[in-house]
Amino acid sequence: MEQTTTKLGLRVWTALVVLFLYVPLAVIALYAFNRSTTQAWPISQFSTRWFRVAWDDPEVRDAFILSIKAALGAVAVALVLGTATAFAVARFAFFGRDAVSFLVVIPIALPGVITGLALQSSFAISGIDLSLWTIMIGHATFCIVIVYNNVLARLRRMTPSIEDASMDLGASGLQTFLYVLLPELRTVFVAGALLAFALSWDEVIVTLFTAGAQSTVPIWIYASLRSANQLPEVNVVAAATVVISIIPIWLAQRLAGLGPTQRS
Amino acid sequence: MTRLSAFFFRRRWLKLTLLLAPPLIWLVGIYLTSLGSLFVQSFWRADELSPNPIHDWNLDNYRQFLSIDPVYRTVVLRTLAFASITTIVDIALAFPLAYYATRVASPRMRRTLLVLVTIPLFSSLIVRLYSMRLILDDGGLLTWSLAKLGIDVRLGFSQPAMAIAFAYIWLPFMILPLVAAFERVPGSLIEASRDLGAKGSLTFRTVILPLVMPGVIAGSIFTFSLTLGDFITPQIVGGDNFQLIGTVVYSNFGIANNAPFAAAFATVPLAIMAVYLLIAKRLGAFEHL
Repeated sequence: MEQTTTKLGLRVWTALVVLFLYVPLAVIALYAFNRSTTQAWPISQFSTRWFRVAWDDPEVRDAFILSIKAALGAVAVALVLGTATAFAVARFAFFGRDAVSFLVVIPIALPGVITGLALQSSFAISGIDLSLWTIMIGHATFCIVIVYNNVLARLRRMTPSIEDASMDLGASGLQTFLYVLLPELRTVFVAGALLAFALSWDEVIVTLFTAGAQSTVPIWIYASLRSANQLPEVNVVAAATVVISIIPIWLAQRLAGLGPTQRS
Repeated sequence: MTRLSAFFFRRRWLKLTLLLAPPLIWLVGIYLTSLGSLFVQSFWRADELSPNPIHDWNLDNYRQFLSIDPVYRTVVLRTLAFASITTIVDIALAFPLAYYATRVASPRMRRTLLVLVTIPLFSSLIVRLYSMRLILDDGGLLTWSLAKLGIDVRLGFSQPAMAIAFAYIWLPFMILPLVAAFERVPGSLIEASRDLGAKGSLTFRTVILPLVMPGVIAGSIFTFSLTLGDFITPQIVGGDNFQLIGTVVYSNFGIANNAPFAAAFATVPLAIMAVYLLIAKRLGAFEHL
């Protein structure tokens, strides 16, 4: 009897927490259709007119293009560096291995304001102008851990002996990678890349330090929040970015589970 | 090709070097060096006439916030208060959910819950905060709903609004490590405890709780660290009425053009997190990140 009430309590609590997580996302989706220029509840009239306005805004378009470029660059770097680190940590015993796995985590464990300010100050000292490249460097730095975690989790579940077997049978390192490891790792590569993309796509704190005068989508939203007459457009762009980040996460989950939280 | 592979196979250290060199060049060469340059810069002095600081070594920036101006002490204490409240609220919200997801729910339900938690984790911080402002504003959903129930509450740009927003945005960072921690508790241990006659609450306190503690700590690293560095929440939801550490760092970097002071003040959250991470490492929380 007590068991069932506990279970019921847990179920209700879980439902409320999920509701708490999703009401704001639903609210932003509704405001995107708000006809009025004042953002008050309840929304009195619905319309799709602001979608048109946002679509035609060249600033919004530039922000989307910049965000995509930065995310793709960051994902490419993170894939290479994250995979290399995961292989080293999973398949080799060496002095400082703990330090390496710690080093990978620091960029997301430290407050973003520190990472942002640190990168900005070293760019300033070495005379590097802020550009797409500096945004990408910042994003790649904290995306490495995402790929690393996903690849590491899979490598730990695979036995290293299949690599040895492949080599014993005369395959070269490249063949072993292509025919033995890649089929096993393909899904985690894609999942890691998708999650890294989503992380880069939404990042705002580090980007504010490394973007200079340019705007990614989150920075465009951040800057536009100050002017009340831009809020209807912000609503639309905000709803769109949420949808765009949901797709890769959902795909990643279908492909590979959620890395560290999925254990068999 | 085969000869090349054999060459590498016999020289594992060379393979290891080739694997580790690129990430280490990046993380040490770019990231750690940047953190170092931040530290160096904190001993310089801002130049009112140019964006580049004057390389004039001194401790004035540190003196400024450690002893001269009491405002900064208030800011640090306020930030720590928000970080602590956020952490506690998120533990309270996440704990039953994590328990339900791993011990009660069906595997299918568990997967669904994990996706539902991960989506907000990766959704835009700025969008979620803006949405929180829409809800918490005086003309927003919350005031309207509570008015329907006959309660008059106005939270717009207040500290409670900021606390709610913090708890909301960092909640997924607490849930996921907790779920992972609960998943690692062997079911057999719980059964053994029951077989030995322990009641539900005793099993919970003496078996489950100690085993999921590393997960709680891992989650708190995020809720703490993220709050310590945030300047967006106080601005968007708090209307810039309540400055936090992040606000001071960001405004000194940008508006005041005093990067050396920003760098010096940034060592405060850095020091707090360093202590926090060392404790967490001792307690074995790193496997749960």
